[in-house]
Amino acid sequence: MNSITKTQQETRKIFYWFKVTFVRLGVLPFLLVLAIAIFTFLSDNFLTGRNMMNVLRQSSYLMLVAMGQMFALLTGGFDLSVGTIVAITSVVGATVMASIYSVYPESVMLAISIGIIAGVAAGITIGFVNGLGVSIFNVNPFMMTLGMSSVGFGIALYMTGGTPVYGMPAEFSDIFGFGQLLSIPSPIWVCFLSIIVLTILANWTRTGRYFYAVGGNLKAAQLSGINTRKVLMFAYVISGAAAAVCGILLTARLDTGEANIGSNFPLESIAACVIAGVSLRGGAGRIENVVLGALFISLITNGMNLARIESYLQTVVIGSLLIIAVIADQVRLKVMANLQD
Amino acid sequence: MVTQQAHITVGDIPMAVNAREEINKLCAKDVQPLLELKNITKQYPGVTALQDIQLTVMPGEVHILFGENGAGKSTLISTIAGVQHPTEGQILFKGEPTILNSVHEARGLGISAVFQEFSLVPQLTVAQNIFLGAEDQNYGILDHRENNRKAKEILDRLGFELVPESKVEYLGRAEHQMIEIAKAFRSDLSILILDEPTASLTDRETNRLFKLVNQLREKGVGIIYITHRMSEIKKIGDRITVLRDGKYITTVNAKESSEDQLLTLMTGRVIDKVFPTVKFNPQGLVLEVRNLSTTDGSLKNVSIDVREGEIVGLAGLVGSGKSELLRSCFGLHNVSEGCVMFNGENVTGFGPKKMLDRGFFYNPPDRKNEGLAMIRNCRENITLPSLDREDLSSGPFLKRYKELILAKSLATKLQLHPMNIEREVEHFSGGNQQKVLLAKCLTRNVKLYVFDEPTVGVDVGTRTEIYQFIAALCEAGAAVVIISSDLPEIIHLSNRAYVMYRGELKKELHENDITEQNLLKNFFEREEEQ
Repeated sequence: MNSITKTQQETRKIFYWFKVTFVRLGVLPFLLVLAIAIFTFLSDNFLTGRNMMNVLRQSSYLMLVAMGQMFALLTGGFDLSVGTIVAITSVVGATVMASIYSVYPESVMLAISIGIIAGVAAGITIGFVNGLGVSIFNVNPFMMTLGMSSVGFGIALYMTGGTPVYGMPAEFSDIFGFGQLLSIPSPIWVCFLSIIVLTILANWTRTGRYFYAVGGNLKAAQLSGINTRKVLMFAYVISGAAAAVCGILLTARLDTGEANIGSNFPLESIAACVIAGVSLRGGAGRIENVVLGALFISLITNGMNLARIESYLQTVVIGSLLIIAVIADQVRLKVMANLQD
Repeated sequence: MVTQQAHITVGDIPMAVNAREEINKLCAKDVQPLLELKNITKQYPGVTALQDIQLTVMPGEVHILFGENGAGKSTLISTIAGVQHPTEGQILFKGEPTILNSVHEARGLGISAVFQEFSLVPQLTVAQNIFLGAEDQNYGILDHRENNRKAKEILDRLGFELVPESKVEYLGRAEHQMIEIAKAFRSDLSILILDEPTASLTDRETNRLFKLVNQLREKGVGIIYITHRMSEIKKIGDRITVLRDGKYITTVNAKESSEDQLLTLMTGRVIDKVFPTVKFNPQGLVLEVRNLSTTDGSLKNVSIDVREGEIVGLAGLVGSGKSELLRSCFGLHNVSEGCVMFNGENVTGFGPKKMLDRGFFYNPPDRKNEGLAMIRNCRENITLPSLDREDLSSGPFLKRYKELILAKSLATKLQLHPMNIEREVEHFSGGNQQKVLLAKCLTRNVKLYVFDEPTVGVDVGTRTEIYQFIAALCEAGAAVVIISSDLPEIIHLSNRAYVMYRGELKKELHENDITEQNLLKNFFEREEEQ
């Protein structure tokens, strides 16, 4: 009798501990561990150093876009134009780089840096216009960014005539596409730096706090003396900048400027954020979780490829996982409310 | 589905003294109670919201539920209305043990509740909201005309001046309250639950409501009424059940209990008095408003002065412009004419940021919509207006440790309960949310504090603390403006008061002239002339 109550107590303790970790960390770490376990079982090549590095590199593109997306979501908006921003950055960056390189073949670094600056500037411009529409003209973020995504895509196609842009210096691709430092691929380094910068921005600066306040209650933020328009505007600029950095890295990897890349980013980046517990109504979300969310999506894709799951079926799995993750997050909120009382 | 209605006609009925006597008789005769709650207990994981609650509602009785915020009144009425189920205990309806599984079932028995939180669909019309879920249909097709007609009938009977066809989203809080009340009247009633129904009604509408309550009482309907206002308890209450911390304290007769007694029962401690005595010391002018008009017509040619060391009250009906006046000074409404001088500087048309920097702090009336980011924690909410203070940030970066210390000290000063500043604001009770809102204005160097309805939905205990807080600000030499629909607040706290009427300044009253009579006279005078 005594021993039974003791084991009961212990299971209760473990259960309670489990609940607390679940509430603290969210559903994502559990899903990640589960996914790794399943894919390790399904494929011998999955849990190898090389493949893990591969997954990290692949996921760094999505991480960048998703982190930017988080700021738009924090303010209670969306950015559906991130795909277009990636594309236009790629096209503008590649065109500028190629033309400078063809005129001054010996100044390689100059061509690369001006190309990058031009590409990123083009991406940020789209973000700026989004912010202008949303904050000054009160256009619904959904419509504004959807509209801009069409505008930007059209411009990218018009500039290239639909064909890829060639003629960039080989060093560009060598450094930013395939380069390594301390045997870690360069996209991972860029992504890592961005994570640090954006984490500091979100958690340790006034502007960062204002994103949460504006998304939490726009009116209250206004009455507290915050320039809400500036904050909204800035959110879309950050989203544009992050997507633009991703666009440059992808261009380097592909070694061409493409108008057709990035069409999956709007959906995948929002999915990564939502899995990571970013509220679609604004005001809640954390960078480190979004990074894990993006990693999770890339990990699943990679694992299913290795396990030779048909690509059509893969989209079904990803969609279902997304929904399950959101349901699990709702459960988490309930458990949290109970624990707090 | 055809909706049945209790047929009541509006007419002048003397205050229900007779009804009260009848109830005493009924109780004495041991008549079947309408509703009996026996040992109701409601437990949430880790917390007991209600413990062994007893409640008996007789036919034709107005039974007041009285208690501080968080005492369990709302949980109790939601178990009666079928929203929640008690963990233990029994509900007897007309002597029969009853289990209420849903609001729908409760409605079927004639138990209707008007909750504080509105449950209206903003995009639908008044009539559509009133009959939501009980629409008249012809072979599955909505009969709009019939619904509108019936809605009009109910609204007329209640004396609410609302157009059934108007959309709810364009109406104000007071109108929303009226629609909620009208909803409860759409079917046969045996028990009506009213949760602070007068919080956003004007006196005239309140009187109409009381008349109706009296009519229902004559019909033998039992009414459960939650209020924080003593005057209402005196006016319509028969018996009072006091709750504290989820426990049943006692049930007393309304006639035989004094205000002090009730307060002591409610708080469990003796409160000497609700309003503090403020030492006024009017000094130099802080705010001068001259001939102010707004583009939306909510203000017409208004001039007022506010001095250091005094509390100025602003009274008036809903929509009289009393709130708009200070909001325009804070830059929330567009000014068409006139000017606002603050500390000798012309600040007409300045926005909130600039006004805050000059020491003008406006505390909004609606915590949820304008005051606080409910999903963020207390710390972030408290320090939000002052993150640009030098000691809280260097350059763009926050000094989070300093921020934590500041938020903690303010929360301690205002006695936040529970004392956990990392908890989301939405998980606190109304009174404590109000404290977080008040803490915000202590983070800055402020010369003029404006409190717009500082005690809406706040219990008497917290209310006293808030009044003392405001008095202390004034005595420390700041200028204070209180905008309030609660007359005692204006009467007891301010040394000067302005009454607004339809966007115009109607009257200025000084010290001893600030009486209920003088204030009310200026609320209505012109309407009586018409």
